[in-house]
Amino acid sequence: MAEQLGLRPQGHPWLKPVRYRASWRPGHDAWGRKEGEPILPAVGDFFRVEGTEVHEVAVGPVHAGVIEPGHFRFQCHGERVFHLEIALGFQHRGVEESLLGGPHRQTTARIETLAGDTTIGHATAFSQAVEALSGASAPPRAQAIRGVALELERLANHTGDLGALAGDVGFLPTASFCGRLRGDFLNLTALLCGNRFGRGLVRPGGTLVDLDDALVAELGRRLEEAMKDLRGAAGLLFGAATVLARFEGTGRVDPATAEALGLVGPAARACGVDQDVRRDHPTGIWRFVHVPVMTAYDGDVNGRAFVRWLEAQRSYDFVKAQLATLPKGAVRAAARPIRPEHVAVSLVEGWRGEVCHVAVTDADGRFSRYKVVDPSFHNWMGLAMALRNEEISDFPLCNKSFNLSYCGHDL
Amino acid sequence: MMKTLLARISQGHRTTRYPDGPAPALPPRFRGLPSIDAARCPTGCRDCADVCPTEAISFAGGKPAIDLGRCLFCPECEAACPEKAISFTGDHRLAVRTRDALHLEGAALPLAKALDEKLLSLFGRSLKLRQVSAGGCNACEADVNVLSTIGWDLGRFGIQVVASPRHADGLLITGPVTKNMELALRKTWDAVPPPKIVLAVGACAISGGPYHDRPEQLGGAAAVVPVDLFIPGCPPHPLTILDGLLRLLGRLEDEGRVPSR
Repeated sequence: MAEQLGLRPQGHPWLKPVRYRASWRPGHDAWGRKEGEPILPAVGDFFRVEGTEVHEVAVGPVHAGVIEPGHFRFQCHGERVFHLEIALGFQHRGVEESLLGGPHRQTTARIETLAGDTTIGHATAFSQAVEALSGASAPPRAQAIRGVALELERLANHTGDLGALAGDVGFLPTASFCGRLRGDFLNLTALLCGNRFGRGLVRPGGTLVDLDDALVAELGRRLEEAMKDLRGAAGLLFGAATVLARFEGTGRVDPATAEALGLVGPAARACGVDQDVRRDHPTGIWRFVHVPVMTAYDGDVNGRAFVRWLEAQRSYDFVKAQLATLPKGAVRAAARPIRPEHVAVSLVEGWRGEVCHVAVTDADGRFSRYKVVDPSFHNWMGLAMALRNEEISDFPLCNKSFNLSYCGHDL
Repeated sequence: MMKTLLARISQGHRTTRYPDGPAPALPPRFRGLPSIDAARCPTGCRDCADVCPTEAISFAGGKPAIDLGRCLFCPECEAACPEKAISFTGDHRLAVRTRDALHLEGAALPLAKALDEKLLSLFGRSLKLRQVSAGGCNACEADVNVLSTIGWDLGRFGIQVVASPRHADGLLITGPVTKNMELALRKTWDAVPPPKIVLAVGACAISGGPYHDRPEQLGGAAAVVPVDLFIPGCPPHPLTILDGLLRLLGRLEDEGRVPSR
């Protein structure tokens, strides 16, 4: 609010920009910056630890891997990290502002690329919001297909994360198996809609695609094959003493911190926080089908990895069951006008956690405000806390165990 | 050890034989190179252009043309067309050497030619790339990453993504180039020793994609650095990216194998 609207909260101890952009309201800037003054990302005061042998390490925005940009500032004593501060905003594309006055014909493409690895999660949250505002709910068959797509997205990403975590501790068998298997799960989504990330699948009122018996059979067969190989890859990972020695106790977040920061998704559930939108605020297919919520209790890298593996198995069970019992009927309801001066809050349990969209309409039924909260927005601070008192060399492993979205945060 | 070996045997050999063997099969619903049959267009109809999320479709003399640099390969235009004048084929080959080549009016796409002889002698057998995501949504990044997995094994072509621009022969850029990444991209470019090349991967990096009209971005990589290869898509399929890389290195001089559907 401070950054977008130029409102300065009173009593804030250290107000910093989130996305490093000019205010939407010219002449109102929370930091008193003049109009037209350049705003440079991650330029400003960082928390500093001082003392003998204390040093600072700055990383990014361009990183070593194929990964989005962000800036990390570590305060270290030898190898030990006292404090990590994360400055983002490099990916800021002005998504929320661009949605004002919508929905436009550009809107869905922007929703689907909000966080590209969560295309289904965000497209479902957006569609639910529009459906709530217009009163045109998706038919049961579409709700089931959306559920299948959401769980395939979870399977693909959790599988990729297990492989990446294996790679970061030098356990190459699972790293290479999961690298391939992630693609196999993405290909299942491509079977559904032609795009590996699920673009062109979910739309307000339902889905753009339907399945016939042959496609259902093919999906089921390939899901079975991929899951068999994933079981083997995950079994190796969690059965290797060398892996557990690196995973266990690393990057710990205690449950109280997780609760206080409002962590979401696998990062929260790894700390024993028992929350999942699919159970707590069910919409669509989740009102009829319950997926068990998976938690761990150590809040460490191992917890975050193991929760992912448990969730992947539940997603598999769900997809398999849904493919066997898809409701009959249409996949898209006729569009209806969006009601003026209404508010809709839409929640989806994406693979990283709670995806929240809030839409407010004006007197003409257009968006006067559209707010997006990607799960990463909550969880980046969790990563910063996980690094405290860890060795700086464990940063890649801890980072991967959260695997957060930069563009989902920067919008 | 035994468990690892057994798992390895059970997982099998998974690297595609492409380009020596057939390309991996693409899904039946895959949307590749669009085909335009302007003869079918009803007079005055602009339904396709009206639904396009990125204004990629224009009309000259009543005939539609698609800017593949902006096209998201989404199903909207195909669905909106009353006469099936626009449809998506299964052809994954989309990479070209110039921005203008992406304006498709129904004629064949002038697929990318190889680098000149001097650059080919330098990079033909060993091309090291630094990837810069400048506002990318992590879909292009993910499908670039996938090329390094065992399924594709990019390393067998001598192509590798390296950790530092100092070790690189060029940049592979994704994203529309946000203003907040402009300086970082320039610095990364400056840090690559010449001669160097640039690959723009995905609609965002070519034209700004879904964000082409937003003031927070610069409309693609070419606003900051000279681009040698354009690979369209949202995101491009890994096979499309590989096809582009191999063409640039002169390893796919024929038309390339089109996978069966």
